Amino acid sequence: MFNNEKSSFVRSNSAPVVNENQIQDKAESNQIVGSGIEHESAMRHVAGTAAYVDDIPAPEGTLHAYFGFASVSCGRIKTIDLEEVRRAPGVFAVLTLDEVTGKTDVGAVFPGDPIMIGPNDEVEFHGQVIFAVCASSRTEARRAARLAKIEYEQGAPDISIEQGWSNRSFVRPSHEQSKGDTESGIKSAEHEISGELYIGGQEHFYLESQAVLCIPTEEKGMHVITSSQNPAENQKLIAEVLNIPFNAVNVEVRRMGGAFGGKETNSNQWTCIVALMALKTNRPVKACLARSDDMMSTGKRHHFISRYRVGFDKDGRFNGLDLALLAGCGNSPDLSDAIVDRAMFHADNAYFLPAARVVGHRVKTNTVSNTAFRGFGGPQGILAMENIIDRIARHVGKDPLDIRKANFYSADRNRDVTHYGQKIEQHVIPNLVSRLESTSAYRSRRSEINQFNQENRVLKRGLALTPVKFGISFTVQHLNQAGALVHVYTDGSIQLNHGGTEMGQGLYTKIAQIVADVFGVDYETVMCTATRTDKVPNSSPTAASSGTDLNGMAAQVAAEKIKQRLIRFACNHFEIDAEEVRFSGGRVAMGEKSLSFNDFVQLAYRNRVNLSASGHYKTPKIHYDRSIGKGRPFLYYANGAAVSEIVLDTLTGEYKVLRVDICHDVGRSINPAVDIGQIEGGFIQGMGWLTTEELVWDEDGVLKTSSPAAYKIPSISDTPPIFNVELLPDSPNKEATIFRSKAVGEPPLMLGISVWCAIRDGVSSISGYRFAPELDAPATPERVLRACTRMKVMMKDSRTNAMA
Amino acid sequence: MIEFLVNDKVCAVSDAGANTTLLEYLREDLRLKGTKEGCASGDCGACTVTLACLSSETQSLEYLSANSCMTLVGSLDAKQVITVEYLEDGSDLHSCQKAMVEHHGSQCGFCTPGFVMSLFTYYKTHDVAAHETLKEALGGNLCRCTGYRPIISAGLHMLSSGNPDKFERNCDETIVSLGMMKQKTEIPVIVENEKQFFCPRTSDQLAQLLLTHPEARVVAGGTDLVLEINQSLRDIKTLISVSSVEEMKTISISDGHLIIGAAATFSQFQSTLIDNFPNLRELIGRFGSLQIRNQCTLGGNIANASPVADMPVFLIAMNTTLTLRRGEDRRTILIEDFFKSYKKTALKDSEFIEDIRIPMLKNRGTLKLYKISKRFEDDISSVCTAINLEIKDNFIQESNIVFGAMAEIPKRARHCEEALNGKSWTEETISEGMQALEQDFSPISDFRGSSEYRLEVSKNLLLRYFLERNSTPESLIRITQYV
Repeated sequence: MFNNEKSSFVRSNSAPVVNENQIQDKAESNQIVGSGIEHESAMRHVAGTAAYVDDIPAPEGTLHAYFGFASVSCGRIKTIDLEEVRRAPGVFAVLTLDEVTGKTDVGAVFPGDPIMIGPNDEVEFHGQVIFAVCASSRTEARRAARLAKIEYEQGAPDISIEQGWSNRSFVRPSHEQSKGDTESGIKSAEHEISGELYIGGQEHFYLESQAVLCIPTEEKGMHVITSSQNPAENQKLIAEVLNIPFNAVNVEVRRMGGAFGGKETNSNQWTCIVALMALKTNRPVKACLARSDDMMSTGKRHHFISRYRVGFDKDGRFNGLDLALLAGCGNSPDLSDAIVDRAMFHADNAYFLPAARVVGHRVKTNTVSNTAFRGFGGPQGILAMENIIDRIARHVGKDPLDIRKANFYSADRNRDVTHYGQKIEQHVIPNLVSRLESTSAYRSRRSEINQFNQENRVLKRGLALTPVKFGISFTVQHLNQAGALVHVYTDGSIQLNHGGTEMGQGLYTKIAQIVADVFGVDYETVMCTATRTDKVPNSSPTAASSGTDLNGMAAQVAAEKIKQRLIRFACNHFEIDAEEVRFSGGRVAMGEKSLSFNDFVQLAYRNRVNLSASGHYKTPKIHYDRSIGKGRPFLYYANGAAVSEIVLDTLTGEYKVLRVDICHDVGRSINPAVDIGQIEGGFIQGMGWLTTEELVWDEDGVLKTSSPAAYKIPSISDTPPIFNVELLPDSPNKEATIFRSKAVGEPPLMLGISVWCAIRDGVSSISGYRFAPELDAPATPERVLRACTRMKVMMKDSRTNAMA
Repeated sequence: MIEFLVNDKVCAVSDAGANTTLLEYLREDLRLKGTKEGCASGDCGACTVTLACLSSETQSLEYLSANSCMTLVGSLDAKQVITVEYLEDGSDLHSCQKAMVEHHGSQCGFCTPGFVMSLFTYYKTHDVAAHETLKEALGGNLCRCTGYRPIISAGLHMLSSGNPDKFERNCDETIVSLGMMKQKTEIPVIVENEKQFFCPRTSDQLAQLLLTHPEARVVAGGTDLVLEINQSLRDIKTLISVSSVEEMKTISISDGHLIIGAAATFSQFQSTLIDNFPNLRELIGRFGSLQIRNQCTLGGNIANASPVADMPVFLIAMNTTLTLRRGEDRRTILIEDFFKSYKKTALKDSEFIEDIRIPMLKNRGTLKLYKISKRFEDDISSVCTAINLEIKDNFIQESNIVFGAMAEIPKRARHCEEALNGKSWTEETISEGMQALEQDFSPISDFRGSSEYRLEVSKNLLLRYFLERNSTPESLIRITQYV
C-alpha cells in the first residue's frame, strides 16, 4: 500500500519537489497516496480561472452591501442618523439592528458578538458594525456608509493587556493546570529566575478579504456562497438570525483565498448581515470587505504577556515552573477559552516539567475580538517556554540547544507525562533534533559564529535550534468528527464531497488521493466538489490542522463502503472469493478475469448495486476534564525542529535570516509536495509574526497598522537564501490515522520561533553570551536595536561593578 | 477619447472612467475576474498586469509590470494591457504558468495571477534567470501561503523553453495597433459629467492645460494620488496625466549635471542614475516595488512632498535644482527651497516640475545613503539619510547631511554639519556630531518607529558612515548586502 522510499526522497531547497521516480511510481501502481501531486486547482490558479466569491458571476439584480463602523472604541451610542446614507446615490436599502427578528448575537461559543449595535448600546471596539447599507455598486455602498452621523458618549477604553488586567476585566474565567508541588520545586532548585515577556499578535492577511454572496430562495431560505472555514456554523447562525430552520439555508464554499483561522468565526457576522439584507430586499446581495476595513474590524492572533518564575538545576534542568499567561482577547469571548487553553497545553513545548502551575487569563480590552490563527494559542505558549529556555541557558552559561536536549521528554525515568496529564507515547523529538543538529552542521557553525562575533564590532551572527511538539485534535471533543459523501457514476468517474474546506492547504487534493487510492483509479478520476451544507451536514470547522485527519478518514469510510458492495457483487456475480478481487491501475481484477473500472461499475449498476455512500469518522481516545485540568486532549503530537542563522547590525537593529534547516514529522506523508508547502509557508508566516509584523493601536484604540503599507508581512527577499526542508523519514504515526500520516497545517508555524531565538542569540553575543537580551516579540529592528543598546549598557555596568 | 488594448481587443474610453482604476475597469466593465483586488493600495501585487508600451525610439514593445489598482484607465493611452486570461496559447499554458504548476507555486491561489503576471513580465524582459533580478521582479507581490520558495524555483526554471511565445508571434500586429493610436493628434481626454481626465503628449500641451485648469491635479505615477480615489473614495474633478509626455521623460548629461525629466519613471532613469551615483543602488533597490518603480516618477516623488519620501534626501544632499514651468515661464529653484512645510511646496498654481538637475560633483563617491525600515522590500523609511563628508588632511572640510522621515519635510542637519565642519576626522568628532542631531530633529513617534529610535538610529548611521570610511568593507557589510 505504502512505499516507504517515498517519504525519504523528500527534501526541498531550490530544487523542484517532485522527482521523476515519484511520477513513475504513480503511473505503474496507481498507488497515489504518498505522491507529490500538484494542488487540484493549480492549473486554474495560474490561468486566473479559479473563482473566488467576488469572481463568480452574480445573479442579475445583485446588490452590493457595505457596513457602517463605529469610530470610537468605547462608549454609548447616543443617536444614529442615517438620512444621508439613505439619500446617497445608488442606495437601495439600509439595515439596522431593530429590524432583526431572530437572534442578534453571533458569538460562536458564548454570546458577546452582537451582529450590529443600536442606540443606547455600548460600543466595544473601534470598527464595530452599527448598520449596513446596500446599493447598486460596491463603491456607492462604501461611499454611502461613510455618510452616517453617529453621536457617542465616549468612555475610557482599555487598550493594552495591562489596562484590562489592572481593571480585572476578563471575557472568560481563568483556568489552571497544575502538576506536583510547583512552589517547593522552584524553592528547592539551585537556580531561580523570573521575568516577563510581551508577545505580539498577528494579522491574518489572507489575500482574499472577507466576502459573501447571499441569494434568496423560493422557500424563503438562503443560498450562500462564501469564504468561510465553517460553513455549518454560517448555516446555523444565518438560520437563527433569519428565524428559519437550518434546512432552509445552504452554504457553499468552493475555496478561500487564504484563511489561517481568520475565516473560522470571523466570517459569521458578514454572512449573517448580508443574508438579512438579501431577505429584506428579496434580491441577491454581495459584500466584499475593503482591505483596511477587514484589518480594522476582524480579529487577530491574541497578543500575550507571559509572567514566569522558574527553578532549575546547574545543568538547566527544570525543577518547577510557575507560569501565568495573560491573553489580550479583545472585547468578546469568541474562541478565547479554547485558544488560551491551547497556549497552556503548549507551555511545556517539548520539555518535561516535574512540577508546574500554568494559569491562563482571558483579559478583556476595547479592541476587536481576537480569534483563531494558525496555531491557536500554541505558538504563544511555545514562545513563552522558549524564552525561558533561552534565559536559563545564559544563566548557567550553556548553549541553549544543550538546555533543550537536557529537558526533552523521554521514556526513561518516567519523564514522559505533561503538566496536564497526557503521556507522551511516541518520542520523536530527541532523534529528530539529533538528526537536524548533524544535517545542519549546528556545532561547527556555532564555533564559526563565535569566532565571527569576536572579530566583528558592528555585525553579529546568531544561531538557534528550536523544536516544536504540537498536540493534534480539537480540544473541544465534539468537534472531532467529520462526514463525507462519495458517488461513483456509471462512466466510472467519482465525485467526492466532504465537510472540510479548501483554503490553499491542499485538502481537496489529499482527500481525492485517498479516495482514488481506495478504488485503485487514477487521481484525475476523482473530482472533489465545493463544500456544501446540503451535501455533508453538521461539519466541524476546517481548523486545528484536522482537515485531512478527520475528512480523509470519513472519505475513506465512504469509499470503502462502496468498494465492499462492489466486492460482494463481484463475488456473487463471478462466483469468486473476496480475496480474489483487486482494485488497481484503473482496473478491477477478479481472479483470472479483469475489467476496466468503468466497465465493472457499469456492470454493477445494471445489477442494481448502490454506488453512493456517506462516511463518518470520530477521533478515538481523547478526553479532557477541565474541572481538574487533566486528560488526554490530543490523539497524538506532530513534531519538528528548525535551525535558523541570522546576522544583525548592532547600530541599526536590522537583521537578515541567512540560512534555515528544517526537519519535520508528518508521519507518512499523503502528499509530500503539499506537506513541504505547508512547512515552508508556515515557517515564513511564523517568522513574520516574530519579526516584521507589528500591530500598533493608539491610545484611543484605533489600529494604526491597518493596511499593507503599514503592516509588513514577509516579502520575497525575506525567504532565506538557504532553505532546506526535510520530511522526517520512516516515522509513521503510531496512532491509526489516515495512512499513518500526521497533521501539518499549524505545527510548522512554530518553527519560525528559531528565527526569534537566533536574533536573541546574536544580541546575547554582545555580552559574550553572559546575558539574555530583553527582547519582546515581534523583534522589529527598533526592538533589536534597543536590546543591543541595553546589552552594551549591561556589559559596561558589569565591568564597572567588577572593577569596584 | 483614450484608446488602448486589453489583450487583443481595442478599448476606447471617452465619457466614463475619469476616476476609474484599471482594476475596476477589468473586473467590472470587461468582467475579466482573473485579476484580483488584494489591497487596492499598491502594496500586495495581486492585481498585477503587464503593460506593453511602444517605444518611440526603437519601435519595439517594452513590457513592464504594473499594479492595476493604482493605474487610472486614462493613463493607458496607446498601451497594451495584458491580463492573466490572455497568457494561454490555445489550450497550452504559458511557460511561466507551467513552471508555477510544476513547482507547486500556488496554494490558495489568490495572489497567483499577480505572481504569474510578474513572472510573465520577467520572462519577456530577461534572457537568463538569476536570483537577484527575479527577487526584484517579485518583490511587489505578497504571498501569505507558500513562503515564496516554490515561486522562486518556478521563476528560475521557466525560461528554458526555446519557442517564441504567442506575444512574440503577435508582436508586429500589436505594434501596428498601438502605433495607430499614437498617431492621433488630438489630446486624449475623458469627459465624464463634471470630471475630466487629460492625457497631453507634449509639455506645451501640459503647460497650456494647467493654465486653463488651475484646479487640476497632475498625475504622474499616481502611486499616492490614486489612494484618494480607491481608499478615500473621493472624486477628483480634473486630472492631467504626464505619462504620455515623452519629452519630459528624457535623461541626459550636460553642463556637469544629470538632467532627469520629471515624468521619467524610476525604471527609466534608475540605471543611468546608479551608473553615476553607484552608492544609490541599495536605496533604489529598496524604493517601492518594481510595479511602483515602473509607474512612479522623480517629479512625483518630489512634488508630492511627503516627509517620508526617500529621493529628496539624496537630491538635497547633492544640491539639486528643479526647473519649474508655468505656461511659457520657467524658473530654477534649489530643491531645498522647494519644500516649505508638511506637504507644502513652492509650486504656484498651474506650475509644474519640468526637470530635475543633479550636479555631478567630484566628491560624490563619498556620498553614502542609508534607509531603515521594518521590512527590506517595499516599505516606507523610519529613517532615511544621505551623508557626504569631504575630508582633507584628516580634517572635515565640508559636510552635507540630510535626513528624511525625521521632520515634516526632508531636511538638512545644520547643527550636526556645524559640529563637524573644520574638525578632525575622529570618532570623538563624530560623536559630537551625533549629539548635535538632537538639536536638529525631534522626530514623531508612530508605528514605523518611536522618536527615540529614529534619533538613535540617525546617530548610529553617522557613526556607521565613519566606520565604513575607515574600515575594510567586509567587516561593515550592510545587512542588505547579504544575499
